[in-house]
Amino acid sequence: MSLLEIGNLSLSIGGTPILRNIELSVSPGEVMGLVGESGSGKSMTALTIMQLLPWVARATGRVTFDGVDILAASEDQMCALRGDDIGMVFQEPMTALNPVKTIGEQVAEGIRWHTRASRADAEERARKMLDRVGLPSAQFPLSRYPHELSGGQRQRVVIAIACALKPKLLIADEPTTALDVVLQAQILDLLRDLVAENRMGLLLISHDLAVVTEMADRITILRHGEVMEAGDTARTLSEQLHPYTRQLAQASMHVPARAKTYEVGQGKPLLQVAKPLLQVERVTRDYPGRRTSLFKRSAPTRAVDNVSFSMISGQSVALVGRSGCGKSTLARLVLALDEPTSGAIRFRGQDIAGKSEADLKSARRDMQVVFQDPYGSFDPRQKVERLVAEPLHVLERKPDSAERREMVAKALHEVGLSPRDMDKYPHEFSGGQRQRLSIARAIITRPKLVVADEPVSALDVSIRAQILDLFAGLNQKLGIAYLFITHDLTVARAITDEVMVMHDGRIVERGKTSEVLDHPQSEAARALVTAAPDLHRAIARRLREQE
Amino acid sequence: MTLRFDLPEENLAGILAKAFRNRSFLAGFVITALVAAVALLSYVWTPDDVTKLVIADKTLGPSPANWFGTDHFGRDILSMIMVGARNSIAVALVAVGIGMGIGVPLGAFAAVRGGLIDEALMRLNDLVFAFPALLSAIMITAIFGPGAINAIIAIGIFNIPVFARVARAGALAIWPREFILAARAAGKGKMLITLEHVLPNIVTLLLVQGTIQFALGILAEAGLSYVGLGTQPPMPSWGRMLFDAQTRMVVAPWMAIFPGMAIVITVLGLNLLGDGIADILDPRSRRQR
Amino acid sequence: MTAYLLKRLAIAVATLVLASMVVFAVLEIIPGDPARLMLGMNASAEQVELLRNQMGLNTPLALRYLHWASGLLSLDFGRSYTYSVPVIDLVRERVVVSLPLALIALALSTLIAIPVGLFSAGRRGRAGDTIAMGAAQLGVAVPNFWFALMLIYLFAVWLRLVPSGGFPGWSVGVWPALKALVLPAIALALPQAAILARVTRSALIEVLNEDYIRTARAKGLPYRAVLWRHALRNAMIPVLTILGLQFAFLLAGTIIIENVFYLPGLGRLVFQAITQRDLIVVESVVMLLVAAVIIVNLLVDLSYAIVDPRLRSRQ
Repeated sequence: MSLLEIGNLSLSIGGTPILRNIELSVSPGEVMGLVGESGSGKSMTALTIMQLLPWVARATGRVTFDGVDILAASEDQMCALRGDDIGMVFQEPMTALNPVKTIGEQVAEGIRWHTRASRADAEERARKMLDRVGLPSAQFPLSRYPHELSGGQRQRVVIAIACALKPKLLIADEPTTALDVVLQAQILDLLRDLVAENRMGLLLISHDLAVVTEMADRITILRHGEVMEAGDTARTLSEQLHPYTRQLAQASMHVPARAKTYEVGQGKPLLQVAKPLLQVERVTRDYPGRRTSLFKRSAPTRAVDNVSFSMISGQSVALVGRSGCGKSTLARLVLALDEPTSGAIRFRGQDIAGKSEADLKSARRDMQVVFQDPYGSFDPRQKVERLVAEPLHVLERKPDSAERREMVAKALHEVGLSPRDMDKYPHEFSGGQRQRLSIARAIITRPKLVVADEPVSALDVSIRAQILDLFAGLNQKLGIAYLFITHDLTVARAITDEVMVMHDGRIVERGKTSEVLDHPQSEAARALVTAAPDLHRAIARRLREQE
Repeated sequence: MTLRFDLPEENLAGILAKAFRNRSFLAGFVITALVAAVALLSYVWTPDDVTKLVIADKTLGPSPANWFGTDHFGRDILSMIMVGARNSIAVALVAVGIGMGIGVPLGAFAAVRGGLIDEALMRLNDLVFAFPALLSAIMITAIFGPGAINAIIAIGIFNIPVFARVARAGALAIWPREFILAARAAGKGKMLITLEHVLPNIVTLLLVQGTIQFALGILAEAGLSYVGLGTQPPMPSWGRMLFDAQTRMVVAPWMAIFPGMAIVITVLGLNLLGDGIADILDPRSRRQR
Repeated sequence: MTAYLLKRLAIAVATLVLASMVVFAVLEIIPGDPARLMLGMNASAEQVELLRNQMGLNTPLALRYLHWASGLLSLDFGRSYTYSVPVIDLVRERVVVSLPLALIALALSTLIAIPVGLFSAGRRGRAGDTIAMGAAQLGVAVPNFWFALMLIYLFAVWLRLVPSGGFPGWSVGVWPALKALVLPAIALALPQAAILARVTRSALIEVLNEDYIRTARAKGLPYRAVLWRHALRNAMIPVLTILGLQFAFLLAGTIIIENVFYLPGLGRLVFQAITQRDLIVVESVVMLLVAAVIIVNLLVDLSYAIVDPRLRSRQ
């Protein structure tokens, strides 16, 4: 018999339908993967099981957990289930813990509440649990506060809270989305082990098909609040019977077509190959340490450490690395939004490090940027015309308003938007469309280099595939060089000629994209490659296991 | 205090439509408009002449002839409240203007420059905050002489650090956003970015603070006039009317009740208006619908 | 943590020094010669000059400031021009009225506001919340001196429960003295309580939207327990900030309220001194009040560090 049975579940919040006729079940010891793009209702399904929905929510249908009718249960009954029989892990580890309570208090709290154990007993059990999730007492005493822990460590604490009482069902809502691939692999391993140890049922919610394929026995695919397809993970994904399943799987593995590629001969000095577009020489960026007392500061943090590299025109280079490795700082240095502590950065032969805005004008014309967050990168108070036209500020001759509209219209057309969109506000666009706007803004001055900082990581897979195509097309058509900053190796593989791997502020490996990703040499690169979820590989392994 | 806000993503029409569905805003707007209308009306018409003293009619209770009664000089209290409204509004409004006009540029500047200049400006703010506002206002008016102008200056000075703080905090929340980085990457200087991107995005925040300071200004003016340091007789003022009422509480309580209610209603209206604006612009209140 | 505390302490001291300079400078530029004021219009120029020398008014400004400031530190505030007694004696007499009044008002305001804020946040959007916050909205709009007049009318004139003003002194016994402070304290406290209750509620609601509240709920804690164990402490920081600011408001409020109730406190002293141009008294009392505000704000900063562990380890 199933542990969790959801039948014909529909949900509306304030009259807006969110879920329709959801069917789902989880057995003890089983991992059920719940996959869907944003707005598909994955998280709402989880919150319905927990009965933690806003009070305006109305659910109908059947949700049975271990013989208890969840939808009819009283709040007291639910309190008894939550944290004891059902545990939950959330997406954002940085904010999921109470900043003013120690990790010991927070893990022990649920234990004391449910078992009425004494403080000492609860703390002992909390200690054992923290040991189990990989936070040993020597480094992580119970008296630690959340702000003293990193994101991955905090997620371990959240897991310890959820699993402290060995729940029958664990719900993990995007538990690794906020973490880098290496941490993701570690957390997934931990979850897998905990499930096996305690014969828990695990409902794993994710937007990432590869992650779910690696973890889940069975899979349920949601779209717009409805179940598209459900079944055995390996069979569902290898057969791809449902068109939406096929669409998702293909988008996850999408590689844009690129005819021309730009490669720099291995071992040959760069200058012989072509005139470099960008040269970064022995660049270091230190951030002053924290003030520890009135007169002392701790040692400065070195975000970028003696980095040198160069790029030629039209080349697409990926800068990959774990979070905090210094890749975004390096991007800002290249964009002259930050000054290096030492070293030189030359763009088209012109020195750009530490120059005034006036001196940077010509460099700015030829160098643009696309940011990660399609929502935060536009001033909500301005219309698209002004936003997209913003870089025209650096032109020698300011275009008049008719010319400006003309240029904006052209840029919008190039990114697949209508010139009519010029008079709209950014909030009238979807996430994918906004990223197109972002690209339109970046190409309006016909730059030679675009620095893109995680430009697709906030997008759903199908949208992501379209945006990658757009990037690839513009590279071919306009010959724009890209410096792509990403933690996602699939993105790097899809769109770049070369990869640079960054670790602890240094570039530890550089080479042709396929070579680095298939045969990584450095330890940092190997760690990234092994940890990165890969849909092909995951399906193949699933099928092998079943034979 | 933690300062949280986000940017409304609607255009003007959308915001207005939402505004008139918000009960707090609507009530505040109606009350404030009414008070303003009464103040304006007093320029052309009042039930009675407030400069006319008829001692025979002194301290009459409310009646059809004098709705709110008369004071110790036989003046009609309703008329005096109407004329007093202009005075209160003018003093508080100009004081808000002073505070915004000086405080906002200071705060925005501190946010742009950071470092020592920021620190110095903020310490200067601390200094002003260390003087209990009313006490200092009393000192200023006592030194430079009582009167409406000095009351405005005294209240205005203490609005400066308030707006400087709000503007600085708001600007600091805007600066790290990606659209600012995009503007910098487009070669725009810090002044230009402040004008084009930062200020438009903190206007709403300043508007909310403006209504709060407006309301506090009304209260402060009344307090100063009450202790005899604000608006001087014979110009009617709400605070002064309360002072006159104090010794006559037993024989003429209406002399205290009605001017006080005028203050309460005006301040209430402004506070509701401010709450309403904050509600409309807070995306979290929108999310719940 | 020491670094944080030292920085706060340094800022407090610097603010205090700057404030003393401002007070000194402001009163220096006041028109009118205190010596002439003391002796009256009939005194001869020589007499005035003699007194100016005696009072030290002819020494350089900086020296006079130093003399005055070092006097402050040893609680020697000089002699009142009008009363011809040491200012410290005047202050001592008056502070026993003002300080208890401000403290009772602060305690009253906190004791009313925090429970109301918790109550409202726990019943957000329901009838109880609407009524409580409606009352608070009204309370914020009421000027305390008008409220005081209404209280006098109701409790002293009508019901004759308490005296309408004046202060019998602590020597007649604690109860009659306290009784004289009841109405003034309520008049001061309720408008402040209204503000504090609103801040408490909104701080709590803000915190209740945080992710860690959901984590706590997912642990199985009922809503009420989450409110008390997780939300309250996190909501304390804005509440403490407002408490600090309110102390300054209360001090200023006492000036007017003491006038309404004819209480012989510091506020009335400073007000009378201003009208009599008794500058040395004004300087001293203003400095005293400013010092009190700065010290309270320092205490608020310290309490942040107690509430928030992030401050303890950072900086």
